[in-house]
Amino acid sequence: MMQAEIAVLRFGLGAKPGDLAAAAGDPRAWLKAQIQGAVPLASDSALARSDQIFAGLLAAREQRQRMQAAAAQTGDAQVANAIREAYQPHYRAQVLARAQSAALTTRPFAERLVHFWSNHFAVSADKGVVFGLAGTLENEAIRPNVGGRFVDLLTSVEQHPAMIAFLDNQYSAGKDSMAARFASRRVDTGRNPANRQLGINENLAREILELHTLGVNGGYSQADVISFAQVITGWSIGGGKGRLAGGEPGRFYFRENLHQPGAKVLLGKTYTEQGIRQGEAVLADLSRRPETARFIATKLVRHFIADDPPPAAVGRVARVFLKSGGDLPQVYAALIESPEGWQPDARKFKTPEDFVFSTLRSLNVSPTQPEEVIRTFALLGQRQYTPGSPAGWPDISKSWDGSDALMHRVLWASRVGAKYESGVEPSELAASSLGAYARPETLTALGRATSSGQAVALLLMSPEFQRR
Amino acid sequence: MNMPPLLQMNTGRRRFLIGAGALAASAAIPNVLFAHAATSSRLVVVILRGALDGLAAVPPHGDPDYAGLHRELAIGAPGTADGALALNGTFGLHPSFVYLHERFAAGELIVFNAVASPYRDRSHFDGQNVLENGLAKPIGSADGWLNRALAALPPGSAKAADRAVAISQNIPLILRGEVPVISKSPQVTPDVDEDLLARLADLYSKDDWFSARLSEAAQTDKMMDDTADSAAKPSPPSGYPDRVAAVARMAANLMRSDGGPQIAVIEVSGWDTHANQGGAKGILAARLAGLDKGLQSLGDELGPMWPQTAVLVVTEFGRTAAVNGTRGTDHGTGGCAFLLGGAVRGGQVIADWPSLSRTALLDNRDLRPTLDLRSVFKAVLDEHMHIDANTLAKRVFPDSSGARPLQGLIRA
Repeated sequence: MMQAEIAVLRFGLGAKPGDLAAAAGDPRAWLKAQIQGAVPLASDSALARSDQIFAGLLAAREQRQRMQAAAAQTGDAQVANAIREAYQPHYRAQVLARAQSAALTTRPFAERLVHFWSNHFAVSADKGVVFGLAGTLENEAIRPNVGGRFVDLLTSVEQHPAMIAFLDNQYSAGKDSMAARFASRRVDTGRNPANRQLGINENLAREILELHTLGVNGGYSQADVISFAQVITGWSIGGGKGRLAGGEPGRFYFRENLHQPGAKVLLGKTYTEQGIRQGEAVLADLSRRPETARFIATKLVRHFIADDPPPAAVGRVARVFLKSGGDLPQVYAALIESPEGWQPDARKFKTPEDFVFSTLRSLNVSPTQPEEVIRTFALLGQRQYTPGSPAGWPDISKSWDGSDALMHRVLWASRVGAKYESGVEPSELAASSLGAYARPETLTALGRATSSGQAVALLLMSPEFQRR
Repeated sequence: MNMPPLLQMNTGRRRFLIGAGALAASAAIPNVLFAHAATSSRLVVVILRGALDGLAAVPPHGDPDYAGLHRELAIGAPGTADGALALNGTFGLHPSFVYLHERFAAGELIVFNAVASPYRDRSHFDGQNVLENGLAKPIGSADGWLNRALAALPPGSAKAADRAVAISQNIPLILRGEVPVISKSPQVTPDVDEDLLARLADLYSKDDWFSARLSEAAQTDKMMDDTADSAAKPSPPSGYPDRVAAVARMAANLMRSDGGPQIAVIEVSGWDTHANQGGAKGILAARLAGLDKGLQSLGDELGPMWPQTAVLVVTEFGRTAAVNGTRGTDHGTGGCAFLLGGAVRGGQVIADWPSLSRTALLDNRDLRPTLDLRSVFKAVLDEHMHIDANTLAKRVFPDSSGARPLQGLIRA
């Protein structure tokens, strides 16, 4: 009873007409059939690659700096504007492509997993340099690896320019690196008047340990953070000047001259690898640790089953993660097989993203204008790719259930109802989008509505539609 | 100008103490005397998410190690080019804090330095959790200290649900808990069709969770309609500085409305300055200017209510004493906080300064905190909101016996 609804509405992204029927035969098999291999966008023809976008950014920045120098202006505001202008079309295209994929995909469970990992490895477009790149992390590092091994996903993400730039690793330099020794010699001889010494930046190293792998109580110390930061000195982006010269513009580039040479000790193990291999060895070890397995399992179960993750389900998923060496399809299968996920009372309150994407699927529409999507998410309080912090958007109801947030949903639902009322038969819509989840009182309310637009709004705002 | 006395210096360890005013035994006056005034007190808590660099916001220009550690990010002594705004011989305010500096001179601002929550690791998310849950550990409770304080407020005229507002679409942890609170974001929301709302109320009648939120939303809307100065309703936010001001104006308008909330929480993010932080000018300076402008908007809009107002500005932790390798600062421990408002016994710098000498730094890197922020929270809740000390110790901050409340933060 209601197994198809659970598969489509809780594990997927909401029901397009026909989805519930497709899942009805064997809901678990319907989910499992989606989890192998890469998860491409519905269409990526309008999207530029991160290196192209980044190269455009560098060009815009240089051009603006030349103009500034010519006009003898000061201040960074115009440079910032130039960056925004160079980035704006890319951000818009990425947001639109994402919403279209959510609306159209025939693998909605896999698409939700893309969103899950994108939020796990969050970057925020609120940071100027990331603005036009945020979607590229999801599209280039996450989509190809969602159905693969965790270590490959992890390595692709940490070597993606958007993550490197978001967590400030591109300039991080070991104190004994060639570049740092050169800079201190210039300080000593007075040729480095800015008196700038190079050194590490802990940001990326800390967040990999805290947010991407072990979790905050994963047993690492401040010394481990510093050690790991030294390990990944040199993980940078190509196409700079001076000590940042070299590499292809906008692509991940290992800068030997910033790298802290020598062996390092991390979590009690000595790493003697050279260069980039040292960091990759650490990531490989992190991906095999039980703390990582438990942390990822907890987040998956929280996302798909309940705000307070049932310990039995977490334990089961974590064991499969460890045993399979982080083979993600096996991990997802363990999640699907967890009986805790198949209780008929839906326990997750939808985030704005869930609400919007499930609405698009229910109405069987796909957006065509980026502005429409951007304004919708601004109204509902979840502007795409702007979680604001590297921890990503919160994944519990309490973070989304304010009364003001509810009123914004009502407002949006009433606009959607007005826009799509023609061609919609409310009771059919209730059946195709909620199936057996639709409560009798909701069906009664739809029947009594003054217009089909109002009926659509009531359906979208019904408690059963607002939860998954 | 009524310059504050404050800062006494001991020889031996460099140790700055609370001024004489703060040492006065205001707690000797029984709280019951204040009960009649309870509902007129207003409290705004501003949470700065991302860990503000206290050594930039409240530069310790008199500390001999400061300039060498903070290097190009350091703010010079008052009177030097782009120097700090003067507080005393050791501390100043960042030059972006023009309004805050005026409030200090007017005796309406207390500046804290070397403070921290009990949290000693360096995760933003756990740090914010501890700042808001009021306990010694992250994830220790599902409710926030301000909600537990609400439950303990002396009875007033307002209905419980009207007493606190989060200026946001959703409720941050600090305000979550048993006592219902409202949320209101500064976005303009055109009116929703009344008939649709009535039908939704009917549709939600069997679902307590949804009906509670819908009726809260209706109450908040009524409050906004009752706001006397409708011209002051927020306009769509644009640039960053205006965004903070828009949020502050929304808080002030709600608090001024008839039966409006006594307590408001505002969140401002963008303080995680790992790279290219800047000094007197630059990224952080612009953020601080936006905050300063926002606090000024709050003061201006509260207007006649300002004398009964205290505004607490806090962040999850400070940042490293030394500049990192990318002209920024990494996650640290001790930081700064501010308490301002007409009700505040201002003009004080409260800092038991441990110094930035190599041996004094925590873990050889961070400003060592010498004051638990809960000592400040308790003092504000006691002296300003008139919650008795026993309740504060047992219910609001249950594991805080080491954090004794400060005294003399609020005007008698």
